Amino acid sequence: MKPGPTRVLERVAVHALLLGAVAFALYPVLWVIALALSGTPAPEATALPMPLDPTLSHFESVAGASKTTPDGEVWLFGRQLLNSLVVALATAGVGIGIALPAAYALARFEFFGKASGMAALLMTQMFPAVASAIPLYLILDALSLLNSRTGLVLCYASTSVPFAIFQLRAAFEAIPVELEEAAMVDGATRWQAFTKVVLPVARPTIAVTALFAFMSAYNEFILAATLLDDESMYTLPVMLQRFIGEYDAQWEKFAAGAIMVSVPVMALFYLAQRHLVAGLASGGVKG
Amino acid sequence: MPRTLQTMPRTPERWPALWVVLLLGLLWPGVANAEPIRLWHAYVVGGEEEATLAALVEEWDGTPVEVLPLAYDSMANKLGAAIPRGEGPHLFIDSHERIGDYRRRKILAPVGHALDPALYQEVALTAVSSDEARWGIPIGLKCVALYRNTALAERAPETLEDFLALTDTLQDGVFALAYEARNPYAHASILHAYGGQMLTEQGQFGFVGPEAEASLALVMRLLDSGAVPRDTDGALVSNLFRSGKSAFAISGPWLAADLGSELAYEVHALPRIAETGAAMQPFVTVEALMLSPHGAEREDVRRLAAHLASASAAQRRQERARTVPARNDVAIPGDDALLRAFAAQAEHAVPMPNVAAMRSVWEPARKAIRKVLAGDTDATAALEEARRRFDDVLRPPPDPRSPAPMLVVLGALLLWGAVVMVRRVGSPDGRRKLRQSKTAYRYVAHAVIAIGILVIAPLTVGAATAFFAGPAGEVRYVGLANFAEILTARGHPLLSSGSFYLVLAVTVLWTVLNVAFHLGIGLTLGLALSRPLMRMKAAYRVALIVPWAVPNYVTALAWKGMFHRQFGAITGFIHTINDVLGTSIEPISWFSRFSTAFAANLATNVWLGFPFMMVVTIGALTAVPKDVLEAAEVDGATRWQRLRRVTLPIIAPTMLPAVTLGAIWTFNMFNVVFLVSGGDPDGTTDILVSEAYRWAFTREAQYGYAAAYAVLIFVMLLITTRVLNRARGGWSGSGRGGEEEA
Repeated sequence: MKPGPTRVLERVAVHALLLGAVAFALYPVLWVIALALSGTPAPEATALPMPLDPTLSHFESVAGASKTTPDGEVWLFGRQLLNSLVVALATAGVGIGIALPAAYALARFEFFGKASGMAALLMTQMFPAVASAIPLYLILDALSLLNSRTGLVLCYASTSVPFAIFQLRAAFEAIPVELEEAAMVDGATRWQAFTKVVLPVARPTIAVTALFAFMSAYNEFILAATLLDDESMYTLPVMLQRFIGEYDAQWEKFAAGAIMVSVPVMALFYLAQRHLVAGLASGGVKG
Repeated sequence: MPRTLQTMPRTPERWPALWVVLLLGLLWPGVANAEPIRLWHAYVVGGEEEATLAALVEEWDGTPVEVLPLAYDSMANKLGAAIPRGEGPHLFIDSHERIGDYRRRKILAPVGHALDPALYQEVALTAVSSDEARWGIPIGLKCVALYRNTALAERAPETLEDFLALTDTLQDGVFALAYEARNPYAHASILHAYGGQMLTEQGQFGFVGPEAEASLALVMRLLDSGAVPRDTDGALVSNLFRSGKSAFAISGPWLAADLGSELAYEVHALPRIAETGAAMQPFVTVEALMLSPHGAEREDVRRLAAHLASASAAQRRQERARTVPARNDVAIPGDDALLRAFAAQAEHAVPMPNVAAMRSVWEPARKAIRKVLAGDTDATAALEEARRRFDDVLRPPPDPRSPAPMLVVLGALLLWGAVVMVRRVGSPDGRRKLRQSKTAYRYVAHAVIAIGILVIAPLTVGAATAFFAGPAGEVRYVGLANFAEILTARGHPLLSSGSFYLVLAVTVLWTVLNVAFHLGIGLTLGLALSRPLMRMKAAYRVALIVPWAVPNYVTALAWKGMFHRQFGAITGFIHTINDVLGTSIEPISWFSRFSTAFAANLATNVWLGFPFMMVVTIGALTAVPKDVLEAAEVDGATRWQRLRRVTLPIIAPTMLPAVTLGAIWTFNMFNVVFLVSGGDPDGTTDILVSEAYRWAFTREAQYGYAAAYAVLIFVMLLITTRVLNRARGGWSGSGRGGEEEA
């Protein structure tokens, strides 16, 4: 047992370290918030991000964006927010749905192509996507999935599957086979053993992987901008980029939009952060 | 012995039906409607230009029109992807300078009779003409002019040199003239007054020689005297003028929209240069309505174009969107001083050449200007180098080769692979495995299809383009020529700037340092947060996850802003330290040296990446068994020894995959490098993936070359992971315990 004063000193030091880290983490974001709230620009070198002449007008104009169509006023921002959420949630769902059985097979079965399959999965992470945007466009065109949220979801989901498989496979491997064997002895099929025994135990990792997939889909801009041809189908990142024009950019509105785009993610993070830790612990990133 | 899988799982069976429903749902509306006219534009959200366009479209009573607003960044790519496939717009609004590039990609059609030359100004007609035909209908002119803050200056100086004297009459901290000194587009105004040009008539790099050097010398005098602020971009110019920190500004009509009625200002024509006596001549950009090939086939599209470009439309644009008209039958009212000033300037402006080669001028010119104005090199050397860079980008593509050798090799590989597979399946062991495999295949089928079609196929096709080269429409097979060019640094010395090896070295340094910091910070914070009896864990965790949650293209820009030499937050800190401690530390010019620019990128990426490593550490630490730690404590091990000998070895295998993937992602981290330093200074902080991007999207759209870069990146990562695997003795990326060979 340590003597009292040293222990207290240690606690203070640790809290100081953490508070320093929090300040480091939040500081740039405070600048974004300050820009979003600023009415008059004040090009000054200041250390503290205080908005001059604070105003909510940028938030209002971004959130209030609407369009008059023959069917009446359309709340564009709301529609685009919905698109982003739907696409991201669908990505998480489809991605996990595709990855789960595959990860299970890779964890439990021996089959031809297993080794090369795993290698191929790792290799897909290494290849920068610079040259693959146009081929993707062509493939989606051939499948008649251009200009549709479905096509976008399928692209995002497929891109998130390799990483999901790595995570989930490790999680499944950490679960003792005895559990499924016991279930199958009791009369369950393999699939039932998988769904009823393994999945509930791996739920934290599933939650974490779903969150990763959600986030990458939610913030993605390039594919969404290239594949969507209908303003009411745009996702939020595409809308955000429209604040940056050829000659001038409306940085204040861009910042306001960015803050609003981040809020749902922060909320989701807060809700899921308990699972986050437990999920990664139960073999989420074990080799 | 557990029973083998009997029935196919229910859920996957529903999916094919779902596919059919989805496809039907998607196709149905398309079948029912007739085809409306699609009109694309890249106007900024919520602006007057967009509103005017919408009003004009609403008045149109012909075929229904679908207007699609795009982000400016994605416009060219979308057009290039969609139009060749018969998709995309019939009409689009874009700047005339892209005409050369669009013509080459065959996404533009001549406007023919939709344009009556008699009705348009000379400068507008020149801008949209190419090879005896006109490729766009001008709807507006954009150029820069001189803004004067009437409260700070009584009249506009006659010459640019007069601004040097103006600083003395102004307050401290107020500049005489704010303009984008380092931007070649803005600099061209000065260059033209010296008789120089950016691109010669023959399509050679024009920004060399005594005229160019003299223009740069003048700008250096302006910067050194403090009359003109350094390191400005368009937004900063606007901000300085709006906040009264600059008496004059050179900017376009967009600034007027920002100023509203807060500030009393006037617009004048750009001044003369005393040295030559000639007036500054800015580039003028002509906004034009362009027709895609399938749009040009339709008469109703041409009529819509005529409607949108009519005199009354131009009138509306002038009134509402404050666009200078390109027509000569639209009068600007006598009391509209702003537009009259811009219109007068536009008459003395130089239309930007619309040839494709013009696009390749900017990057070398920008780099040269930056180097010279920062005082790093003398003008002659820098401009020569810019010319070399330009020539390098525009070098002819490699000669076409016969694809025969490649096909033979591919065929041989496939044959060998087939033989190996048949042998393995044929063996008795293999046959048993095959039976088992069938069950497994039902589990992996969806994943294989999805990844195969939507991930591996595009990557393979993308990689295959590395074997081709040539401008769009004349692409040909060149074998390994692209790779040879990259690996031999295109004939330049192996370590010259922009060479593959130099960029590779920078990329490796980048990856190693980032991973080291991520791990170091992540581990420390993870350990701190995993202490027993730690309070407020949840609050700390949520706060520390923020860098991960906010989209990284936004925060990268925020970091870039913080590193601005004059107005960034870091400089603010330095001022505060100077005030408090009485020191006089100079503000750092972050992006003018490799070490500091690299540090700026590093700081940003470390900030972005440490939460991930921290979370991984927390997770890994929960798996460390307490009894082992207690036993070590009982045996007399100190805190440090317990950490080093017990904790770290236990969590190492858990952390390894995350570290590996993190390293791979860092190696390919494009956003940060591109947005923060942008490769400054002089492309030295570019990593392989941002170089590849530039080859694809900035330098003459050399997709094959960029794809070759991508393949090399991939090969390098592959080799590295294999080597590290072997070194680690059996850990393979494909599984735990090295049970199979990857």
